[in-house]
Amino acid sequence: MRLLRELAHSRTGDKGDTSNISLIAYDAADYPLLVRWVTAARVKAHFTGIVQGDVVRYELPRLGALNFVLEHALSGGVTRSLALDAHGKSLSSALLSMAIPDTMEETADE
Amino acid sequence: MSGLALSRVVRIGAGAGYSGDRIEPAIELAERAHIDYLVFECLAERTIALAQQERRRDPARGYDPFLEARMRAVLPACTRRKIRIITNAGAANPVAASRAVAAIARELGVHGLRVAAVVGDDVLALVQRRAAEDGLRDACGAALSPEQIVSANAYLGAEPIVDALTQGADVVITGRVADSSLFLAPLVYEHRWSADDWTRRARGAVAGHLLECAGQVTGGYFVDPTFKDVPGLARLGFPIGEVDAEGAITVTKLDGTGGCVTVATCTEQLLYEMHDPSAYITPDVCVDIAEATVSELAPDRVRVEGVAGRERPSQLKVSVGHSDGFVGEGQISYAGPGAVARGRVALEVVAERLRLTGVQHDELRLDLIGIDALHGERLSSGGGEPYEVRARVAARCASQCDARRIGEEVEMLYTNGPAGGGGVAKSTRELVGVTSTFVPRDEVHTTIAWEVA
Repeated sequence: MRLLRELAHSRTGDKGDTSNISLIAYDAADYPLLVRWVTAARVKAHFTGIVQGDVVRYELPRLGALNFVLEHALSGGVTRSLALDAHGKSLSSALLSMAIPDTMEETADE
Repeated sequence: MSGLALSRVVRIGAGAGYSGDRIEPAIELAERAHIDYLVFECLAERTIALAQQERRRDPARGYDPFLEARMRAVLPACTRRKIRIITNAGAANPVAASRAVAAIARELGVHGLRVAAVVGDDVLALVQRRAAEDGLRDACGAALSPEQIVSANAYLGAEPIVDALTQGADVVITGRVADSSLFLAPLVYEHRWSADDWTRRARGAVAGHLLECAGQVTGGYFVDPTFKDVPGLARLGFPIGEVDAEGAITVTKLDGTGGCVTVATCTEQLLYEMHDPSAYITPDVCVDIAEATVSELAPDRVRVEGVAGRERPSQLKVSVGHSDGFVGEGQISYAGPGAVARGRVALEVVAERLRLTGVQHDELRLDLIGIDALHGERLSSGGGEPYEVRARVAARCASQCDARRIGEEVEMLYTNGPAGGGGVAKSTRELVGVTSTFVPRDEVHTTIAWEVA
């Protein structure tokens, strides 16, 4: 298993109560691993307790990047959230703390 | 410089990525960069609602508090070097802002400066009428009465800025305009892109999207030591976008400044605040970056290509500000053995005190900073016990009086709470909520007001 931080970088943006988190492979060769393992369902599970709505994943193969859109992830949005990080800016670092398998093959973990 | 490009390249510097941004990088651009335009993006989602309230208190205010400082810093060089300025720092009062800029110009001896104020984004009356007729809800689904609405500003597109440039503006000051439109406007004006040239307009909008947060594309907000290192963050250079007549974008920065422009910095910014990459909607065009590519031409020179575009939406998004009560907050720190346990006791005591003393709140939040404040208990588990923690209590209250009680109860932990608490900070602030609605484009009318120094 490897932390996403070793394979990819990330930035979070916010619009209202919706957060988007990019995940960009350092090496294009690792992009298929991200596509294989970092599914919308896994990201939603990773952010249990934070994201209250759907998670949608967009694939950008020419950029070697994924873009996740998390609905109802910001406690009502930056203007009314009581959170210390009301924009959810630090969510990108939380995504990079996710661990994924080293290969494309299924593992016991799957 | 590429010898292949026969058509003119328009060069735009980004002088600010938000209202409080650094000023020196813009001065460097104004004095040393070969740019035609300097754009300052200064208006966050709720800033305009706060600015509306300020304007109501003082009709001469309601524009960006740093506007004067920025203009004082760059006007001499911009005038000397014929760099035109575009900014949304007019916030809730572009006309007053344009007067202030003209006054500074006169003071600096810059005579004849033509300052255009774009007016018409304020659609409060229209939205209040619609709220009364059809109802309007806040971001959490609660009904909003017309009286609760304090501001309603439509996101204008590039058109009125293009008009101002066509009429000879040296400085264009707007209120709410889509951030990307501030950059697209000079490209449309210089390259004479037609109204339905969606492809090139989309490319110009993407140039704006890449540049609008200034340092965020030149290595700011990027460093993660050993994984992503960037030199010179303390003297970060702000970006320059070079866009040719076909809409090919090159992002670069001044030699000798800190930061870097790489494929990685540009890709992060390209996806920033992006939802569906094939349908990024702006007032000017619907942008599609699904097939876009980012490649390095040379050190600190990155090319973005392959952007497509479709027809703009028929409606304009409106940002609606409404009064949303007050937030009260208090914090206190604990350190050494048992710090976490004492922090938890502190939070429990404050929560119980708020109950016992009848403080009314809509939502209460209890955090231990250093433990679980950012991402909650689940993601935060697994770390060892830290040396110090900071207990934080925040609540949203209908009354300012109740909001004030939150910080007071935290402060009272000094003499009534667990041992060794220190460094109390407390605050209350009025909350302006923001929600969105849409209005037909043809119901929003813009005009230009002129000030000449």
